[in-house]
Amino acid sequence: MFGSIFNADFIASSIRIAIPLALAGLGGVFSERSGVINIGLEGIMLTGAFTSIAVTNFIQNPWLGILAAIIIGIFLGLIHGITCITFKANQIVSGVAINLFASGITVFFSWLLFNETQIMAKISLPIWGLSIPNLGEGSSFLRSIIIIFAHHSPLVYLTIIIFILSHLIIFRTPFGLRLRSVGEYPQAADTMGVNVIKIRYIAVMTSGALAGLAGSFLSLEQAHFFVKEISGGRGFIALAAMIFGKWTPFGTAGAALLFGFGEALAIRLQSVTAVPVQFINMVPYLLAIFVLVSAIGRAIPPAADGIPYEKEVG
Amino acid sequence: MPEITLEMKDITKRFPLVVANDKVNFAVYQGEIHALVGENGAGKTTLMSILYGLYQADSGQIFIKGKKVNIANPKVAINLKIGMVHQHFMLVPPLSVTENIILGMEPIKNNIFIDLERATNKVKEISESIGFKIDPHAKIENISVGIQQRVEIIKILYRGAEILIMDEPTAVLTPQEVEELFEILRSLIKQGKTIIFITHKLNEVKAVSDRITVMRRGKVVGVKNTKDTNQEEIASMMVGRKVLLEVDKKEHNFGKTVLKVDKLNALNNKKLPALKEISFEVREGEILGFAGVEGNGQTELVEVISGLRLAAGGKIKLYDKDITNYSPRDIREQKIAHIPEDRRQRGFISNYSVAENLILGSNYRPPFNKGLTLNFSAINNHAAKLIKDFDIRPSDRNNLLKSLSGGNQQKVIVARELFGEPRLLIAAQPTRGLDVGSTEFVHQQILNERDKGKAILLVSADLEEILSLSDLIAVIYEGEIVAILDPKKTNEKELGLLMTGSVRNNKFPKKK
Ligand SMILES: Nc1ncnc2c1ncn2[C@@H]1O[C@H](COP(=O)(O)OP(=O)(O)OP(=O)(O)O)[C@@H](O)[C@H]1O
Ligand SMILES: [Mg+2]
Repeated sequence: MFGSIFNADFIASSIRIAIPLALAGLGGVFSERSGVINIGLEGIMLTGAFTSIAVTNFIQNPWLGILAAIIIGIFLGLIHGITCITFKANQIVSGVAINLFASGITVFFSWLLFNETQIMAKISLPIWGLSIPNLGEGSSFLRSIIIIFAHHSPLVYLTIIIFILSHLIIFRTPFGLRLRSVGEYPQAADTMGVNVIKIRYIAVMTSGALAGLAGSFLSLEQAHFFVKEISGGRGFIALAAMIFGKWTPFGTAGAALLFGFGEALAIRLQSVTAVPVQFINMVPYLLAIFVLVSAIGRAIPPAADGIPYEKEVG
Repeated sequence: MPEITLEMKDITKRFPLVVANDKVNFAVYQGEIHALVGENGAGKTTLMSILYGLYQADSGQIFIKGKKVNIANPKVAINLKIGMVHQHFMLVPPLSVTENIILGMEPIKNNIFIDLERATNKVKEISESIGFKIDPHAKIENISVGIQQRVEIIKILYRGAEILIMDEPTAVLTPQEVEELFEILRSLIKQGKTIIFITHKLNEVKAVSDRITVMRRGKVVGVKNTKDTNQEEIASMMVGRKVLLEVDKKEHNFGKTVLKVDKLNALNNKKLPALKEISFEVREGEILGFAGVEGNGQTELVEVISGLRLAAGGKIKLYDKDITNYSPRDIREQKIAHIPEDRRQRGFISNYSVAENLILGSNYRPPFNKGLTLNFSAINNHAAKLIKDFDIRPSDRNNLLKSLSGGNQQKVIVARELFGEPRLLIAAQPTRGLDVGSTEFVHQQILNERDKGKAILLVSADLEEILSLSDLIAVIYEGEIVAILDPKKTNEKELGLLMTGSVRNNKFPKKK
């Protein structure tokens, strides 16, 4: 039974499931490293999922669909920024508002534009990489390698590049240093002439872009359709991945892969066991809880995470 | 005639509750160490924050080398070669020394990346130019406050500062570190820098400064050449009345043993032994002063006795009751009061009002608690009384603690802790950062408790304070008591040597 579950296809599907979690989680990394909690990732993802399908179907170009999802993500990030950074509103409340807004607006526009809440993708991106050989037993190792590493949507490769770039940006560039300092001790950054407000806006808008991209992957690539509430809590799982990954890009990617693995496992188990599907669907979430409580070392968030920056007290 | 490098004219700055700077005129000569003194809340930090661009003055002008400037933010100040070491360090704990120093002015390689190697070399170069070594890769959270302060100094030199503002740099330093800091300041003056130095310790003013500006309640009340004045005169200019720089302590007999600590062991945060079989007693009417270089177990000792850290062995007895490893609340119930060392962390809640802070720890008891709700009339009466008795300023009980000056915040803590007749008072660094007036006041309160027959455990890095208040001094070094001394028969020099472990004194005086 295990042989039929844990094979190359399984790993490849874990990766695909992990992509939106990883991208949205990375969005969380940027935002929280700057000191702004963004639980609106869920809603931004949902909006991105809808926007990418809608634009793709109208313009007949999935690339533009993805771009539209990113732009809408940046826009929602900007709104979160205005409420939390400029108006210093409670960041959780603002995030919840974005999530509720997203649930409503996506359904509204599905009815308005398509007259239904499930919209099929008319086209999707091509698969990039090598084709899968089916030459019998001899090629099975090579076949596995290709399935795992070289036969994916372009967004998978793009995600890998984004993660490497993000790591370099956060830990090697002046912007990254300023980002980290702003999330830990904004007063200190301010006294060193760093523009706290500007860095926070950039970070929150980046997180919006990444969550929008994550949403487009979810609908356009993974499901090939949009349906209401398609994000289904993935934005929150992404935040768990960010925490488990200790607010680092690679850590977040690793955690997302683990959760992807859990969800892929749940899908497989449904077909091979008699356990009710509702229980099997709990697997990824139980895995998340298990992992969070047993996380290696305590997860310490940036010290100023969630606290608006005020120059003059009182 | 020396050249004026910086001049602030008619600076006024209002906060919602006070006029922090009221038409202040302040001038500094090129190449001098200029001391800025004044009681807590006099407006020193505010004036310097305006100079550094953190606050905007409501009115007034600033001239650098005779040119009028408009300092809209710290970036402008940095470009004008002004640097500031803040009262509360502006360092990001999880980042390294080098990262903190270059933040905001990072050297670049390949057009995008931080050139860490160049940065590290520069940091080493600057630190050696003022005569000390530093590990550029150490994380701030792992280094001592003394070293952190050097990082702050390197940070502003890295930005090419010519005018250095140092806001109470010595408040957190040990006597040795203060000496080392003065050496650094002198070498900076040799390099042609100008230094503005804020402190509450008048002997330091006397020791390093060339000129002194004294502020009181937002106004400048005088400018003096250091060599033409003395500590008494400065103190009375600051406070507006005569101040007793020496405490006057009556002789009396001690009563029963209140606190008995027997072979106490404890671990520090890194799980290493911090206290090694420490034993001592404090009697009624006695002040036992602990002298020691910070990090030798004093913090852990206070935490264990007040229930904030578990003892790893040994016993703590209050009268005849074993209170080892009681919870903090149970310990408070035993009437042990605690003025904590880290007041911002453990002494008050900065977003709570004065009245609320004054009932912390007794908030669950009548009269402040009546069943499900708080009894606000009792709380307000309590606040009104303590604000009056302890002269907490401003006197509005609804002010948030964060809007009070350091001295007044400390008065709130002292008032709260002394209320309710404690049997044992633990006072850790009780006057750190306080002005002469407030220091005199807190000392007087501690002595009053002593004279009422209370037992007092005093921990302080300020040797003058230890020598003048204590009835008996215990020197602590690496978690052990290395000497017990009679304050009348010792001096700062001997204490200093004992504290650094340079000599050991095994002749513990016998108690009668
Ligand atoms: N951000 C602020 N908001 C409101 N009031 C403030 C603020 N900063 C300072 N104050 C008030 O302005 C006055 C001057 O404060 P300042 O910090 O300049 O005093 P200081 O001379 O530096 O005192 P200390 O010796 O305690 O550091 C005080 O009454 C203080 O309560
Ligand atoms: Mg100050």
